[in-house]
Amino acid sequence: MSLKFINQALIVGLFSAAIRMATPLALAALGEIFSENSGIINLGVEGIMLMGALLGFLGTYFTGSLLVGVLLSILIGIIMALIHGLITIRFMANQVVSGMALWLLGWGLSGFLYRMIFGVRTLPPTVKGFDTISIPLLSEMPFLGAILFNHNVLVYLMFILVFLSSIVLYRTDFGLRIRAVGENPKAADTLGVDVYRIRYMCLMIEGGLAGLAGAYLSLAQLSMFIEGMTLGKGFIAIAIVYFGKWNPYRTFSGALLFGFVDALQKRLQTMGFGIPYQFLLMLPYIITILTLLGVARKAEAPASLGVPYRRE
Amino acid sequence: MSIEREGFSTSVLIPLIAIIGALIVNSILLLAVGVNPLFAYKSLLSGALGSTYGITESLVKATPLLLVSLSMTVAFKCNVWNIGAEGQMIIATIVVTWVTLAIGDRGGPLLLLLAMLVGFLGGAFWAFIPGLLKAKFEVNEVIVTLMMNYIATFLLSYLVHGPMMDPKAYGYPLSPVLPKSALLPKLVKGSRSHAGVLIALLCALLTYILLWKTPLGYYIRAVGLNPEAAYCAGINVFRSIIIAMILSGGLAGLAGMIEVCGVHRRLLDTPLSGGYGYLGIPVALVGRLHPLGVVLASLFFGTLFVGAEMMQRTTGIPTTLVYCIEGLMMLFLVSSEFITKRGRA
Repeated sequence: MSLKFINQALIVGLFSAAIRMATPLALAALGEIFSENSGIINLGVEGIMLMGALLGFLGTYFTGSLLVGVLLSILIGIIMALIHGLITIRFMANQVVSGMALWLLGWGLSGFLYRMIFGVRTLPPTVKGFDTISIPLLSEMPFLGAILFNHNVLVYLMFILVFLSSIVLYRTDFGLRIRAVGENPKAADTLGVDVYRIRYMCLMIEGGLAGLAGAYLSLAQLSMFIEGMTLGKGFIAIAIVYFGKWNPYRTFSGALLFGFVDALQKRLQTMGFGIPYQFLLMLPYIITILTLLGVARKAEAPASLGVPYRRE
Repeated sequence: MSIEREGFSTSVLIPLIAIIGALIVNSILLLAVGVNPLFAYKSLLSGALGSTYGITESLVKATPLLLVSLSMTVAFKCNVWNIGAEGQMIIATIVVTWVTLAIGDRGGPLLLLLAMLVGFLGGAFWAFIPGLLKAKFEVNEVIVTLMMNYIATFLLSYLVHGPMMDPKAYGYPLSPVLPKSALLPKLVKGSRSHAGVLIALLCALLTYILLWKTPLGYYIRAVGLNPEAAYCAGINVFRSIIIAMILSGGLAGLAGMIEVCGVHRRLLDTPLSGGYGYLGIPVALVGRLHPLGVVLASLFFGTLFVGAEMMQRTTGIPTTLVYCIEGLMMLFLVSSEFITKRGRA
């Protein structure tokens, strides 16, 4: 009887942690879905997330308001994505190069600013981060209640955004235009769709969500900023988009998979099981490569992904 | 046979504009946080070039940067975006450590040559996989090489925490120290500088000859410029991409071999970010994907990194400033390319 109870607590804890771990990945990946569906790959997500994490932290630290922090992180994300837009859309430069540049810039700048503002301290400055809000009634459901409805507000926001993204992409005129621009910009242009505008708008969505994903790390997961705290989550988010074949729901399930493995390996590590946890950590990356292999032949990627559009 | 010719203006002016532009924006940034930029740059320069230590240390940093950026040069010239040098370096360090430890000093002077060979092959193998996926199934190589960096990192972490851990390391994630005959000889006594820099320079020369003086190099560049046209001209696109990736991975592998045989002397559980595998990308681009330019750019960035470390020690300005400069430089680089192209059109 008591053993059964422990198992249930363990499983609930595991899935609940998986969702928390999946949230920043899902947020950043949702953003990337928009930009990639319009034909632009932004490899700078990692850098944007770092700047978002820093600005979210700074905003909250200096004003005491989480909202200010979150808004600042979204703002810096939009600004950085627009730089990517200027360079890849206006200057028609290589998207890989520009993305890598944004990554280095965000990594360097966030570390630099943080050090210049706070100096070297023995105890890092902290803020009061997002609290867990249990949704009345729903959170009392057995199993699912604790797993799904016992989180901070950004997790709920992520759930809503997955749903909204799917509606916007597949059920609205705007979504149709995005996909048209990504599939065949020339044809879209001929039909009167402003290719550049759509791409800039998608990049703004992308940057804002990546910034928010960063703020999740510094305001919900840790309540502090650490140099390089994204630990490659920005790149993983891009992989998840490929895993999810540019579809919000599938991408969300990819984020969940990565979040689940992360939560599982943390538990296995503390419990000291026989399997080396590193192999578990490798698994999502191997699955992503295999998925890419499956996707590649069917050409499900937006046809103009990574190709600058030149209006004639 | 020359299929692209860069004039003086593009090959020298663009990197210069990028460097100056990045430094100016960076100065504004420094001013904004209340640091005199001239003071910062001065302490950076004197830190890197003001002492024998600084100069030899700059060479130590420039060497893997040179090999990685040569690796990028070969891949990027073929329009294959190999972001996987980090993973290719890691695999090479694993294989080199394993083989040299297994053979030991019995190998004599041949051991170092063998280390180079297996380092090259290890990196080449890790790059061959994404190369094959790209050439055969058109799988995006950026994502695959990135994923393989993580896989390599976890593999390394497993090995140095497990089978390859030194039993005498008190549980620290370190491998045993490599046998003496696998270590690269020192160039300057009492410094960390090692003969790896000569290997790297030789590779720069070989890369130049390969890319511009052999048919294979011509195929690689032709595929990079326009795969359809290359295909129509009878060039084997599939083979060119695979070979470019193998060579690119091999060069990155050599960078790993030089780090383990010249600097660290054993396998460490290195963190992923901050590795040369990524930092070599801007170096290759600032060097205009040309071996000579890449040599100069590596020296420049090697100096910059060492200077930044010294600057952090003396002034407290964090080293991460260099990544800002690198990022800004890349942004200026691609932007000024557009502007000069437009100016001529």
